[in-house]
Amino acid sequence: MSATQPLVTMKGRKDGLVLVMDEACAYHDLVRELKIKLAANTNLYKDGPVISVKVEAGNRYISSDQRNQLKEIIHAFDHLKVEEIQSNVMTLEEIAKKKAQEKIVTIARIIRSGQVLEVEGNLLLIGDVNPGGVVSATGNIYILGALRGVASAGTANDGKDAVVVASIMMPTQLKIGRVISRNENGSDVEMKEKSLVECAYLDEQIGKIVIDQVHTALKKRNRSSAFEKL
Amino acid sequence: MGEAIVVTSGKGGVGKTTTSANIGTVLALQGKKVCLVDTDIGLRNLDVVMGLENRIIYDLVDVAHGRCKLNQALVKDKRFECLSMLPAAQTTDKTAVKPDEMKQMVDALKADFDYIIIDCPAGIERGFRNAVAGADHAIVVTTPEISSVRDADRIIGLLEQEKQITPPRLIINRIRQHLLKSGEMLEIDEIMNILAIDLLGIVLDDDGVISSSNKGEPIALNPSSKASLAYRNIGRRILGETVPLMVLEEKNGFFRRFKSLLGMR
Repeated sequence: MSATQPLVTMKGRKDGLVLVMDEACAYHDLVRELKIKLAANTNLYKDGPVISVKVEAGNRYISSDQRNQLKEIIHAFDHLKVEEIQSNVMTLEEIAKKKAQEKIVTIARIIRSGQVLEVEGNLLLIGDVNPGGVVSATGNIYILGALRGVASAGTANDGKDAVVVASIMMPTQLKIGRVISRNENGSDVEMKEKSLVECAYLDEQIGKIVIDQVHTALKKRNRSSAFEKL
Repeated sequence: MGEAIVVTSGKGGVGKTTTSANIGTVLALQGKKVCLVDTDIGLRNLDVVMGLENRIIYDLVDVAHGRCKLNQALVKDKRFECLSMLPAAQTTDKTAVKPDEMKQMVDALKADFDYIIIDCPAGIERGFRNAVAGADHAIVVTTPEISSVRDADRIIGLLEQEKQITPPRLIINRIRQHLLKSGEMLEIDEIMNILAIDLLGIVLDDDGVISSSNKGEPIALNPSSKASLAYRNIGRRILGETVPLMVLEEKNGFFRRFKSLLGMR
């Protein structure tokens, strides 16, 4: 059977190369054939521009080790660049983790000085964060109340899309992903005046955290996607 | 069955002991049976403020270790028959008593007294845990300073975790009117916004507090002082009366304007 049906099928598309992998065969057979095929077929384009490669694994589960191995094999050819490795299968563990990241945790209390509130997913806090208090979430933080302490959003691996929204935004420190910003002008008189809901996000162009009204934050870089991943 | 109220603040020097002494005094003035408990073992002050230092024979640690009976350690006040005090030891430190021993003592006192006022030491360590162990209610004392408000916030957070204690109430102590007016001091509303607990009362800064403490006479005994009036109001609120907050603004009368012309406050 395997003689007639190739384990790795290469398809050329306008935007790059697609490698369709057989779902049923042994993984090491797959790796072997992938190496042979790549070696045999891609030398043609050696001098051309970098070709992006998409791997479609179908209903085969690919562990992160295997992912790295596949990338390594493909990247051994200088002009190939793996764009993504797709698989229809996820482990229960991964799915549970993903679900936890996406859920919204509602908590109604005041986070006082010295108290730390850490949640997995997005935090909806009904109450204030007082100076000296800390809230942190792997996703976004929404505060119906005053933020006077420290808020740390997007503490998961790649959290630079996360936002912090508060009815009254007077934080001592803000962290989004790996970027941190602090309130320099002490007690901000002018901030107290406008009691609008404000949103803090990471402006990647300047690499700094920006506080703005929600609608301006939405306009910037199509940020609705960050809000909507609930 | 009496109620035990702990007076605490987190930060030192905001007036916990003075507040405890005066609340105890005003409740005694109202005819309630009151026992003051000093839990600041090693740094006791309440006895000095009450002017009862020379009457101490046994103390709280002696009771906890079974060296005397609870009644033997109680010191009777010289002015009120219904006011007693359980002094702290001066020779050891806070670790000499465990929270559950403290709770037993307070529970025993509750049988004989209407109110037990527990004076808590500064800090959030063992001394604090001893003081709150037997309490049913809590009073948090703060001054209109940012550091003291921060510590009060921390303490409120800790008190909220103690399930047996009802939500704490706040006393703002040492309010200085002229600083308040010039905007150099935190406003009462600002403090209330951050701490978000019920306000039990406000006490104006009063030089008389210091001199009366030095004499061992709580200021509440002197009816002409403003601080005394504030403590009396606080006492009535503890007893469940509704008393409006003191008006801070003084009337801008002729005499006052005349004084301010001369540069007097």
